[in-house]
Amino acid sequence: MSEIVSKTPVRDAAKAAFPYSAPMIAGFIFLGIAYGLYMKQLGFGVLFPVFMALLIYAGSVEFIVAAALVAPFSPLNVFLICLMVSGRQIFYGISMLEKYGGHLGKKRWYLITSLVDEAFSLNYMAKIPSHINKGWYMFFVSLYLQIYWVMGAGIGNLFGAMLPFDLKGIEFAMTALFIIIFAENWLKEKSHESSLLGLGITLTSLIIVGKEQFLIPSLLGIWIMLTLSRPKLSSKLKRIE
Amino acid sequence: MTLTEQIITVGMGILGVHICRVLPFLIFPPNRPIPEYIRYLGKVLPAAMFGMLVIYCYKNVDIFSGFHGFPEFLAGLITLALHLWKKNMFLSMAVGTGLYMFLVQAVFVN
Repeated sequence: MSEIVSKTPVRDAAKAAFPYSAPMIAGFIFLGIAYGLYMKQLGFGVLFPVFMALLIYAGSVEFIVAAALVAPFSPLNVFLICLMVSGRQIFYGISMLEKYGGHLGKKRWYLITSLVDEAFSLNYMAKIPSHINKGWYMFFVSLYLQIYWVMGAGIGNLFGAMLPFDLKGIEFAMTALFIIIFAENWLKEKSHESSLLGLGITLTSLIIVGKEQFLIPSLLGIWIMLTLSRPKLSSKLKRIE
Repeated sequence: MTLTEQIITVGMGILGVHICRVLPFLIFPPNRPIPEYIRYLGKVLPAAMFGMLVIYCYKNVDIFSGFHGFPEFLAGLITLALHLWKKNMFLSMAVGTGLYMFLVQAVFVN
């Protein structure tokens, strides 16, 4: 059986990964459309949103850069803001060091540079069938997500103004995804300290600092608290293993 | 802004994001063992990140004005309940998002 499967590991992974990424099509394409449309309203043709979606590939950063493109030129400022907004990606990287390890070969660099919130959540939680190549499966999940996003940006810029139906509220797809991932992880984990810390610290930081600035203090708080509770949590992890 | 300045501005965005994405993998390359502390973080961080992402999605909700976040919280609860019951990601997302769109387009209209 394994011999038959191993003849087309890439194609099998591509096929298996598609249904797993599919629930994201609507959310990604329509959010992409909103972004492409926004770029159009700022006066940009299709090339800017498509290349930004392709090369930056981070929704919040793309909106920040779009606003900076119609403001006075200040590259260092843009760089620092984008760095701060992307701080959480460092935590995704640390979480994925082993899943995206050297055993994946060169394609790990695509997985690493396309590590957006949704790719992190989906690939971390993926229950990959044992006969499917894990590296290629995660590669295709990430690739499909990026294709949805880039397509959305292009469609939004070219045709967004002509859409015949109301998309208001479609952005909730992202919220739904993260609620689902949180719930799946909650059911899987033996101790809930880290989940509760993530919820609690982020909520506290949001209430104190406000929605513009709360991400960095949240990340620092999570990091500090997880470090302080290391003796307790690592003994729990050992018992579970 | 000239085209060159625009390209530099976009470049700054690309650089800012990708430094954060690539950094951990450059600091801890695969040929060297990952320190025990970082391995610990790699195990406990994801759960905290999922919690953070849920709150992050609710950052624009104002519980003190408008509809007090009622559509967001209701659609979120239904998504959660449906998922705990059926454990079908596609279904939970479709119903949750559809319900939210209906609520903000037809019920809670400004």
